[in-house]
Amino acid sequence: MRSNLATPIALLLFIALICWGTFDIRKSGAGRKDTITLAGSTSVMPFSEKLAEYFMVGYPKFSIDVQGGGSSAGIQAVINRTVGIGMSSRKLKEDEKILHEILICYDGISIIVHPSNPVRDISLEQIRKVYSGKIRNWKELGWIDRNIDAVSREEGSGTRGAFEELVMGKEFIDNGIMVQDSNGSVKEVVATDPYAIGYISLGIVDQKVKALTIDRVVPSVKNIIQHKYGMVRPFLYLTAGEPAGTVKVFIDFVLSREGQNILRKEGLVPIRG
Amino acid sequence: MVSAFSSLLFLFIIFAFILGEGLPLFYKVGAGKIIFGFTWAPTKGFFGIFPMIISSYMVTLGALIFGAPLALGCATYLSEYASRKMKMFLKPALELLAGIPSVVYGFLGVVYVVPLIREYLGGPGFSILATSVVLGIMILPTIISISFDSLMSVPQTYREASVAMGATKWQTIYKVVLPAAQSGILASFILGMGRAVGETMAVIMVAGNALRIPMSLLDPLRTLTSNIALELAYAAGDHRSALFSTGVVLLIIIMLLNFIANFWVKRKVAG
Repeated sequence: MRSNLATPIALLLFIALICWGTFDIRKSGAGRKDTITLAGSTSVMPFSEKLAEYFMVGYPKFSIDVQGGGSSAGIQAVINRTVGIGMSSRKLKEDEKILHEILICYDGISIIVHPSNPVRDISLEQIRKVYSGKIRNWKELGWIDRNIDAVSREEGSGTRGAFEELVMGKEFIDNGIMVQDSNGSVKEVVATDPYAIGYISLGIVDQKVKALTIDRVVPSVKNIIQHKYGMVRPFLYLTAGEPAGTVKVFIDFVLSREGQNILRKEGLVPIRG
Repeated sequence: MVSAFSSLLFLFIIFAFILGEGLPLFYKVGAGKIIFGFTWAPTKGFFGIFPMIISSYMVTLGALIFGAPLALGCATYLSEYASRKMKMFLKPALELLAGIPSVVYGFLGVVYVVPLIREYLGGPGFSILATSVVLGIMILPTIISISFDSLMSVPQTYREASVAMGATKWQTIYKVVLPAAQSGILASFILGMGRAVGETMAVIMVAGNALRIPMSLLDPLRTLTSNIALELAYAAGDHRSALFSTGVVLLIIIMLLNFIANFWVKRKVAG
């Protein structure tokens, strides 16, 4: 009997301890720091984290909490006032326009392949045909006779939304195309599969994958600023009403020369050239 | 008593919540268009999940084909051949296998199974085959432990009688012990299927998540569970409800499986 009771009691004590611990941290933390919470697009998230890091160095009184969840979830969270700033990597829909938009930068979308792939250039038309399932073989793109393992993003993703708008036009992405649920996993698939092709945010392209030139234009910040590279989408911060208080301090920092320079260094395109 | 009812309460709440969120879309779009629709483009007003239902069944079957014989062999060995010492070692090892988080299975699948298939069999590697192999391994502990229990519950007298009639050990197992434990073994298969249908993380990682009905073992596919997990983060409005509708269909499939499993176990008690 005794041993039967011991376990639940220990468990209760343990839970109580945890609750008390969190409560205690909250209480002591609230007095000292102003917390800003950001949530939304997983494409914007890594850059927001970077910005927050720099911001907290200059403003040690603030604490910034960056969460993912996706563009739509972020927008929803601002509407419900559960977070201070929402992050979106797609334009707002009509019924979401009640929010205040702040354009923080632009991001290019690049087409990536495995580094060992000899194909260097692809045309917009060819990308469209690959993703609508009309080109299925690498032979048609000037390589060996092997099926193309094309990877897309899931329905509802900001990157996919931008890709559909910029590349696909009226055509649908074919049902046979593989789907991964983040920029990171698309990159991972393309980095391990020599026959894969995918699209990801220009900011996270590194030496594990090779970015193709599109109609001979190299995907780069410079070419985006000069309007030569067309596959570009906005990164937005969203607030309920005009930003004020702590939120405004952070947004002003992001839009400042310093903040924009951080974004430029991370491979994004600042709003002022 | 209280805890028993609280779990029932939770089940009820989950049930009500999923139905409440998912059913309105069935009315709005029509159940036929959801269950038998071929196109899934929820942001454009197509909510067909038929390919995912088929895919879910295919990988579940695949997992069973891959995992069941292995698991049955293992359970038979454990109950009929293994020494006490061996059992003491193997049982905990199996429980450990059940305790490994599914993301680890998925990771191993991506790192080893997928490239192997891509290299030697062709295709993108993310495929029914890869998913079946990974799921097959994941359902081993479920099938083994339940069929082991049912093999152990076959009375020792059956075995003694069979051997006394001049049957060899193998004949005894094949003709007497396995048939006697049949209903329990079938139930274990069905519970294993339930585990395979419900598995999400590992499947997302190795299945490739394409929306078409796969035409070969090497084609990528998307199951019901991975559809929900993949898209929930970004979904809003009807898209969100469509994912809950996927959940409703999944719930019905899993309930059916459990019902069948229970039915078999009950029949065993009756017979």
